[in-house]
Amino acid sequence: MTEFFSQWLPYEWAWGLATLCGILLIAFPLMLAVAMIIYVDRKIWAAMALRRGPNVVGPLGLLQSFADGLKVMLQETIIPSSTSKALFLLAPIVTFTVALMAWAVIPFNGGAILADINVGLLYVLAVSSLGVYGTIVAGWSSNSKYPFFSAIRASAQMISYEVSIGFILICVVLWAGTFNMNGIVLAQKSHVWLLNGFVFNPLLFPMWVMFLISGMAETQRAPFDLTEAESELVAGYQTEYSSMAFALYWLGEYANVLLMCALNAVLFWGGYLPPLDLPVLYLVPGWIWLFAKIFLFFFIFSWVKATVPRYRYDQLMRLGWKVFLPVSLLFVVLVSGWLMYTGHFA
Amino acid sequence: MIQLLAFYLFAALTLAAGALTILSRNPVHSVLWLIVAFFNAAGLMVLVGAEFIAMLLVIVYVGAVAVLFLFVVMMLNIDFAALRAGFIKNFPLGILLAAVLLAEVLMGVGVVQGGALQLGTPDGSAPVPAGTQNIEAIGAVLYGKYLFLFEVAGVILLVAMIGAIVLTHRERKDVRGQNIARQVARRPDEATVNMQPDVGKGVSL
Repeated sequence: MTEFFSQWLPYEWAWGLATLCGILLIAFPLMLAVAMIIYVDRKIWAAMALRRGPNVVGPLGLLQSFADGLKVMLQETIIPSSTSKALFLLAPIVTFTVALMAWAVIPFNGGAILADINVGLLYVLAVSSLGVYGTIVAGWSSNSKYPFFSAIRASAQMISYEVSIGFILICVVLWAGTFNMNGIVLAQKSHVWLLNGFVFNPLLFPMWVMFLISGMAETQRAPFDLTEAESELVAGYQTEYSSMAFALYWLGEYANVLLMCALNAVLFWGGYLPPLDLPVLYLVPGWIWLFAKIFLFFFIFSWVKATVPRYRYDQLMRLGWKVFLPVSLLFVVLVSGWLMYTGHFA
Repeated sequence: MIQLLAFYLFAALTLAAGALTILSRNPVHSVLWLIVAFFNAAGLMVLVGAEFIAMLLVIVYVGAVAVLFLFVVMMLNIDFAALRAGFIKNFPLGILLAAVLLAEVLMGVGVVQGGALQLGTPDGSAPVPAGTQNIEAIGAVLYGKYLFLFEVAGVILLVAMIGAIVLTHRERKDVRGQNIARQVARRPDEATVNMQPDVGKGVSL
């Protein structure tokens, strides 16, 4: 895109404009996707509970999220008097921004990636580790008990699961031999016979299962939604928030869930590659494959949310530290041992 | 031009955030400013071409260390008046520390200007030959040239970790541990029993 703009502009301006266009090209569809995926989530959840779900606003209730958005936009932003004002308003902005930032390195198609950097996967890790601050700052600046409890829970939870996610990603990186997201996708091409994707590899399949579960814990989705356990903590860290500030948390949460689904697709299921390495399947554009995979994982997330009861906090910590951490560590040893044995690095 | 703008932006923000870390009255705000400083320092690293270090800085310092700082500071019951007290008493020590740090910075600048080190070049260009990735270069050095030192560092960290766990661990006899395997293995018919107790004999208190 930079070349396109540099026909008329000096290089710096063309680069700036191209990057801006790229950001908008990702952010706007993403916002739309978040609005729609909230509707999808409610529909799936309703269907599993034998309810109808949103069906009044627009055809099939498709416009429900937009109606909610409009309503929230028109509400008054209430800032409780005892809050630390600047931080209170900054926290939802941080959450939302960070949720959008990581999309910069997701490859949507062969060349369709905003920032094709060497350390793409590390960038995702770095940005997702920033997400803690939106929560923890919200909990602290609210100056209220339940948000504070929730913030502490959330940050402990996110730190715990980031450790095992890190080790799982190391397995993927060892096999792919690169941190570049595009490189990781391409490394999965016909990985096992004709199958595109690390997940078909017996050594990496357990890693994918753990990554999916860790992703649910990392994004605080059910059954790990202890930070928003309404029976214990009112509404968690967002208790004191109202109107648009609350909506930013809501949107940020779903953008993060979509990101986790996208990471599942990119790291383990071949990203924009079709599931089978057959020439006829490449006729379908790559981004359609990617979106189909994201949707599939989102369905799994919703399915789990609708069916699995909430974990107890000690069970959550036990799963993270006593099960996932040792197992993922073991698999780092297994994978690197196998790769050394087969001369993968030579 | 973009690099220059980005450099001045990151550098100014790092300095400002660093100053505000020291100057803010509330310790939680201090930690948050420190995080801003870390983040902008990572931006500077990217500009030098050390993207791996930049990402590690964010992952390790911002993502883990600073969160723990924030945890501790948030949960302490801090008396702000007590924090202000003792300023005069500690002032000479503070000046001494500041002088030492300033001397270190000046020495560092002098060394880089003198060109004695091969770490980086004064004009900011990366010393790694073009085409080599950061991670590969660092990996080759760490696991090749400095393998022994690297392993020793790992062992020292492991020992420190075990030491910290041993020192702070206490066996608690007064709490009931959770046996997850037993909890999962429980079935409804062994959990609930239907009783027909006589009046006044159903409970043991």
